[in-house]
Amino acid sequence: MQPRVVLVTGASRYLGARVAAELQADPSIERVIAVDTVAPPPDVQIRLGRTEFVRADIRNPLIAKVIAQGDVDTVVHMNVIATPLGAGGRTSMKEINVIGTMQLLAACQKAPSMRKLVVKSTTAIYGSSPRDPALFTEDASPRAIPRSGYAKDAVEVEGYVRGFGRRRPDVTLSVLRFTNFIGPVIETPLTRYFSLPVVPTVFGFDPRIQLCHEDDGVEALRRATLEDHPGIYNVGGPGVLLLSQAIRRLGRPSFPVLSPAVSMVAQLFRRAGVVDFSPEQMRYLEHGRCADVSRLTNEFGWSPRPTAHAFEDFVRARSGSHLFNPELAVAAEQRLLDALVRRRTASDGAVGA
Amino acid sequence: MPEATVIPLEPRGGGSDARARRAAQARRDRAEEAAPSEPAPPPAPPVAAPSDWERKLAGGLAFLRRRLTGDYEIDDFGFDPDLTDHVLLPPLRPLYDKWFRVETRGLDNVPDVGGALVVANHSGTVPIDALMTTLALLDHHPAHRHLRMLGADLVFTLPVVAPLARKAGNTLACNADAERLLAGGELVGVWPEGFKGIGKPFSERYKLQRFGRGGFVSAALRTGVPIIPCSIVGAEEIYPMIGNAKSLARLLGLPYVPITPFFPWLGALGAVPLPSKWIIEFGEPIETKDLGGAAAADDPMLVFNLTDQVRETIQSTLYTLLMQRRSVFF
Repeated sequence: MQPRVVLVTGASRYLGARVAAELQADPSIERVIAVDTVAPPPDVQIRLGRTEFVRADIRNPLIAKVIAQGDVDTVVHMNVIATPLGAGGRTSMKEINVIGTMQLLAACQKAPSMRKLVVKSTTAIYGSSPRDPALFTEDASPRAIPRSGYAKDAVEVEGYVRGFGRRRPDVTLSVLRFTNFIGPVIETPLTRYFSLPVVPTVFGFDPRIQLCHEDDGVEALRRATLEDHPGIYNVGGPGVLLLSQAIRRLGRPSFPVLSPAVSMVAQLFRRAGVVDFSPEQMRYLEHGRCADVSRLTNEFGWSPRPTAHAFEDFVRARSGSHLFNPELAVAAEQRLLDALVRRRTASDGAVGA
Repeated sequence: MPEATVIPLEPRGGGSDARARRAAQARRDRAEEAAPSEPAPPPAPPVAAPSDWERKLAGGLAFLRRRLTGDYEIDDFGFDPDLTDHVLLPPLRPLYDKWFRVETRGLDNVPDVGGALVVANHSGTVPIDALMTTLALLDHHPAHRHLRMLGADLVFTLPVVAPLARKAGNTLACNADAERLLAGGELVGVWPEGFKGIGKPFSERYKLQRFGRGGFVSAALRTGVPIIPCSIVGAEEIYPMIGNAKSLARLLGLPYVPITPFFPWLGALGAVPLPSKWIIEFGEPIETKDLGGAAAADDPMLVFNLTDQVRETIQSTLYTLLMQRRSVFF
């Protein structure tokens, strides 16, 4: 079914604005309504083009009016936020995520025009534990259900979304569970982590990580909105990187911290406002988390770029801040080998003479 | 660039075809390594073939550079063949050749390509038997196959051990992972006795314990791969466990803390395994292709029977091998 009027929540944030910009560029869509509590920055506003921006809080029943009056048939819910830093504390973050979703879904349920709901979720709902399978499939049940932070919110949001799906079976429901985002522009706790001059790791652990390029995130949401793909999908780059491998590709030194000291160091970083590490993310740094994206690849007929390529793009964008240039290693190796050959040639010459 | 930058190739891969392809690829790689960005330099005057140590040094340098720049590939399970082949396995080879003098039998029962499940008995308090089986298949099987082992939860909770286990190609013993590996055409190894087998007292040596819940059989049935029973003789005697420090084990959260005639009394010296003579025999494969796939995996009676069949095969082979063995150490 071709969407006619699309409502995008969380449109002032980076990904939300990019999705709204993509959708408004599609002439087959009549109207794109963007909703957020704060107005997007001016440079983003230009990119939003013909998007109508409504400054509203999805926690407020006002959202029902926007949906009803706009005759909205497709809602792209991207207002589940990952970090309390931008939201003004954990309490307010939880309110926006959970209460906001409830309000939005209540409004959607009441709207007869509703045909499609696309929800941006996260693979963080699978948790992170040493007893996890190597790759999570969409129907895997987590061994350790996340008990705090963003991941817990996401679990609750998905619960409400499931409830909505039961009550409105006529609405096409797509839930996209994204892995951690990476890319030249996007700012997430993980990109901030990788931007630290010395990257702290947990001693004795080297998790596998899977990343989704920001452009692929936008593309997945665009396809889910324009095409019909009911169901739950893991979205991320195929393949994995080891954390240590990623840090080396970045050309930065890592600093292993003993497990018991980890929470202390994490707190230090949080207080300094450098990187906000929730206990979930600390577990992620120990055990990692990777998802099987074959359902997405088969159903969408499209695959995000591999994790390694997505990370390469990030590395390229930050290459100015290399502390250790990989080309140095190549050059050093070459010099040593050349010296070796010279030495042998010299000794051969001596024998010949 | 002269041939001085030759990096020794590991003898890997299936047919000569695959090997030739890989060699060609390696030559290309080498050429790229030799000249990262500039055009190829003019051919140097012919020099004598590089000596052995130079070749080794060049290989070591290339390895070091790959590690420093993160320029290596891992698979979805975290398997790092570069590290496994160059760092993790080489120190085990003297143990395999000189210390335990491992003798392998029936290697031709292990297929050259495609998924297969190697099921073996577990013993020796420390899973050295698993490492030796890995080496047997990598070094002595004609196709030089990497054995991807399924490990207990505990392995993946321990710091240092957990990442090493993953990098060596192992993963958690759960059906999802086993089926994913087998479906991907990997050779998977499983020790279904688990801690019951490896941590059993010396008095019960070579008596097979319960074979888990048959999870490995249902994984093989679902993917239709052959089950290869593997009997290992010699591992029981490396650390004869005569006692178990139960309270210490509970304190450390371990399944057991072994007490042997030498450990912990002799300290680090007591941790040296006894040089028993080993035999690893791979038995006739049990085909599961025609048993009915996923439907058969949901038939508990069939799964139990097949589990028992594998267990009986290994047990009887163990008795035969023990009869043939002249002594524990020779």
